Amino acid sequence: MSFLLAENMTGGYGAADILHGCTLRVEKGQIAVIVGPNGAGKSTAMKAVFGMLKLRGGHVTLEGEDITQLSPQARVAKGMAFVPQTSNVFPSMSVEENLEMGAFLRRDNVAATMEQVYTLFPILRDKRRQAAGELSGGQRQQVAVGRALMTEPKLLMLDEPTAGVSPIVMDELFDRIIEVARSGISILMVEQNARQALGIADMGYVLVQGSNRYTDTGAALLADPDVRRTFLGG
Amino acid sequence: MTLNPRNLVLFGGMALLLVLEGAVTKNAIFSGSWDFSLRILNMGLISAVLALGVNMQWGYAGLFNSGVVGFVAIGGLAPVLVAMPPNPGAFTAGGTGLILAFAMAAATVWAAIAVNRRARLQVRVIAIPLILIGGFFLYRAIFDPASVAIEAVNPSGAGNLGGLGLPIVLAWPLGAVFAAGAAWVVGKTALGLRSDYLAIATLGIGEIIVSVLRNEDWLARGVKNINGLPRPWPVPREIELQTSASFVERAAALGLDPVTASTLTVKLLYSGLFLIVLLLLIWLTQMALTSPWGRMMRAIRDNETAAAAMGKNVTRRHLQIFVLGSAVCGLAGAMMITLDGQMTPGSYNPLRYTFLIWVMVIVGGSGNNWGSVLGGMLIYFLWIKAETWGLELMRFVTSGLADGSGLKVHLLASAEQMRLLTMGLILLLVLRFSPRGLIPEK
Amino acid sequence: MDFLNAIVAMLNFVIIPASAYGAQLALGALGVTLIYGILRFSNFAHGDTMAFGTAMTILGTWGLQSLGVSISPLPTALLALPFGIAATAALVLGTDRAVYRFYRKKKSDPIILVMASVGVMFIMNGVTRFVIGVGEIQFDDGVRFVINAREFRAATGLAEGLALRSTQVITLVTAVLVVWALFWFLGRTRTGKSMRAFSDNEDLALLSGINPERVVAVTWILAAALATIAGTLFGLDKSFKAFNYFQLLLPIFAAAIVGGLGNPLGAIAGGFVIAFSEVAVTYDFRKVLGYLIPGDWTPSGPIQLLSTEYKFAVSFAILIIVLLFRPTGIFKGKSV
Repeated sequence: MSFLLAENMTGGYGAADILHGCTLRVEKGQIAVIVGPNGAGKSTAMKAVFGMLKLRGGHVTLEGEDITQLSPQARVAKGMAFVPQTSNVFPSMSVEENLEMGAFLRRDNVAATMEQVYTLFPILRDKRRQAAGELSGGQRQQVAVGRALMTEPKLLMLDEPTAGVSPIVMDELFDRIIEVARSGISILMVEQNARQALGIADMGYVLVQGSNRYTDTGAALLADPDVRRTFLGG
Repeated sequence: MTLNPRNLVLFGGMALLLVLEGAVTKNAIFSGSWDFSLRILNMGLISAVLALGVNMQWGYAGLFNSGVVGFVAIGGLAPVLVAMPPNPGAFTAGGTGLILAFAMAAATVWAAIAVNRRARLQVRVIAIPLILIGGFFLYRAIFDPASVAIEAVNPSGAGNLGGLGLPIVLAWPLGAVFAAGAAWVVGKTALGLRSDYLAIATLGIGEIIVSVLRNEDWLARGVKNINGLPRPWPVPREIELQTSASFVERAAALGLDPVTASTLTVKLLYSGLFLIVLLLLIWLTQMALTSPWGRMMRAIRDNETAAAAMGKNVTRRHLQIFVLGSAVCGLAGAMMITLDGQMTPGSYNPLRYTFLIWVMVIVGGSGNNWGSVLGGMLIYFLWIKAETWGLELMRFVTSGLADGSGLKVHLLASAEQMRLLTMGLILLLVLRFSPRGLIPEK
Repeated sequence: MDFLNAIVAMLNFVIIPASAYGAQLALGALGVTLIYGILRFSNFAHGDTMAFGTAMTILGTWGLQSLGVSISPLPTALLALPFGIAATAALVLGTDRAVYRFYRKKKSDPIILVMASVGVMFIMNGVTRFVIGVGEIQFDDGVRFVINAREFRAATGLAEGLALRSTQVITLVTAVLVVWALFWFLGRTRTGKSMRAFSDNEDLALLSGINPERVVAVTWILAAALATIAGTLFGLDKSFKAFNYFQLLLPIFAAAIVGGLGNPLGAIAGGFVIAFSEVAVTYDFRKVLGYLIPGDWTPSGPIQLLSTEYKFAVSFAILIIVLLFRPTGIFKGKSV
């Protein structure tokens, strides 16, 4: 039984479907990565898993429970957290307040979780009084991931976390993501930088036109000559 | 759009209301006075013109003009300047001073703009305020004595520049030009920003134009009002008709006394004039709406981003339509002053001349010219009738209370306020449950 | 001595009245800017919300007076404020439920909400006039002066008198308390922070589990409180007349935009900018100059940039300048 199972998802924003029977699976404490060409429906698949898109077919289960009909807010309460690709911080609020807002639904003491986030992203501790909008792109991504972690999620969903950050920052972010996964949190992410992303992935999904083209472990996909030629540039 | 059966019924119903207003014997709902009915018709026609103007802005382009009252008022200035007899001596007393003062003001603004374009930032920050403040004092130094001098010429009868003594119909297009000028200034600054900013900026220009009319006595006598504006051709004065033997004879043949007959004739002639203007405007606006220009306008309204991506200069088009729509409001303002025969700046109330017009456009059907005409006529009718109906209703409601009781007096006195409430309610209900109005756009 | 007289005249006729007026505008603009930040439209009904809140406070004042309750030397209206606020909050929450919520759920264009607020304005206008009439109402029953011009002259020996009305002091003290409380609320409490988060990034606020309806309701309550307090202070300082509150709409909007729409700090700064400009531009400086320059140089005519009838032109001019050169306002507000 997979931790998250999104099976046979079909749907889109308007009349035309974008997803055609797309299936995603994430195991406990593992990293699953969705890659594919532009317009393949990667972000759409992510939004569908999070309930931001109405599905015409298929269903989503979390720990065996069917959550297909739940609103995104209700899914947050169930232990899912989502980091959008853009506009993923509260720009006029301080870093610390951003983290507090992540823990908005929690009634218990959040100090320990915040401490974990600061340990994971030490730079945020130094900048905790600064407005998130004034930070660099990489730091802002850290705030965004930190905010999501504050909900103490069981599944963390990241939509292109490395978009627009430098290669050094990207490596750093991937390292952190691995650390998060080691702490037992499952991760589902969409990535443009397919090669690096598959490098850290336990499971990889190559989407083309809204359906699964290749599904295998990250290492296997990296080794597959077809995948290499078509999607990883040789 | 053509007049399909449904719309014919709607306009027929409107006509029936006016006929009932005139024809029935006086009761709680209708006054039974043809004179009153025609008065509603005439102001209704002007309201329809106004609604057409606002509809061009809102319906074609989605622009929110909350200063309609200002454009109506500035349009109303035109008949005063065109048709009133000149005030002898006023121009020699202060005319050159005024011209100099306005030239000074223009030169100041021009100089400030020139400095803003050319100079470095450090120079600008100091020079522009200096130019503006210095220019303003120079302007006042020339302007004040001139206006005082003008106001001293024949103060009890005129005390203003007076007019040119030309036919008043010439003032109608001029009123439109005045309003267009004011609209250009506001539009140039506030368009291209958030849509609410235009609403707020027009709210300001509306207040300012009205306060200029109230306070600049040399211009249109301010709150001392201007009376006795000449009538447009072919409308005669009632008294002329009453003293004309042939008219009295014809009236008698119809079974009317000369006084009633003369007031009715005058009002009917006005109705005719206004109807001509209205039909001309509808023809023009309909042509515009179905032309490539109108299609582009609607495309911009429905999706600004897409229109901009296709190379349309959205802000320029918005400015164009805003100026045109305001010009129509100015035209209506000039027509209204002509009908009233007097200019009373104190009567320009934004609730009446801005927001009521909005109710007309929304209820009639935004984006549809025929809808605006119907909305203008109908809402004006209801607005006027709500005054008496509210009182009747309140009388009925309070009939159980003892005469002279505090509550009864208060309720009867505040019946008038029910009008505003009713209009607000109508606006909200239509906006919510029938946002496309009585005659939808398509 | 003359220099002191000039300063006293400036204080008396410009600085004190402008500060009080500025505080009133700032409170009004805070309400507008909060609504804008959270609900994302310019609320044209805000002036009439102020009028309604003041009318309710006046009713409360009359009620307390008839019961013989008094907090002299302070005006009874201060005691009646909670009643006024509660009544206004109930009204705006009802309005939100009946009018605005529908458009919010539909994600209508902001301009449609502005239009709806015009309808609400009509209704509130009618209700206020219906309840309390159109006439001018004086409801300040407190002590009139903190410093009396005659006594000031006698005490200091200056030719110029300084009058400090108690309503001006009350306005400033209340405004400081209210602003402090508001900023404490927005900056320190969970609900306040969630409002700022919602204003910053609505979608992310939803993802964080912030309940939008709750944020909106709190915003309306705050706006009602601010409007009632601003309106009551304005009415105490001058007098209550329903139409004057509609006319306050322009300076209030100007203040909010000058400061940067959606930015509370900007609303306060904007309120004072507008008030000081308005008073300074329409004040006749002849008296002040008379003290500062030799007698025979004193100008004979008024030294006044604009007559008081044109005070709205000042708000408008500042508004236009800001829109031309810095449409986001002095403090960066929401997007243009």
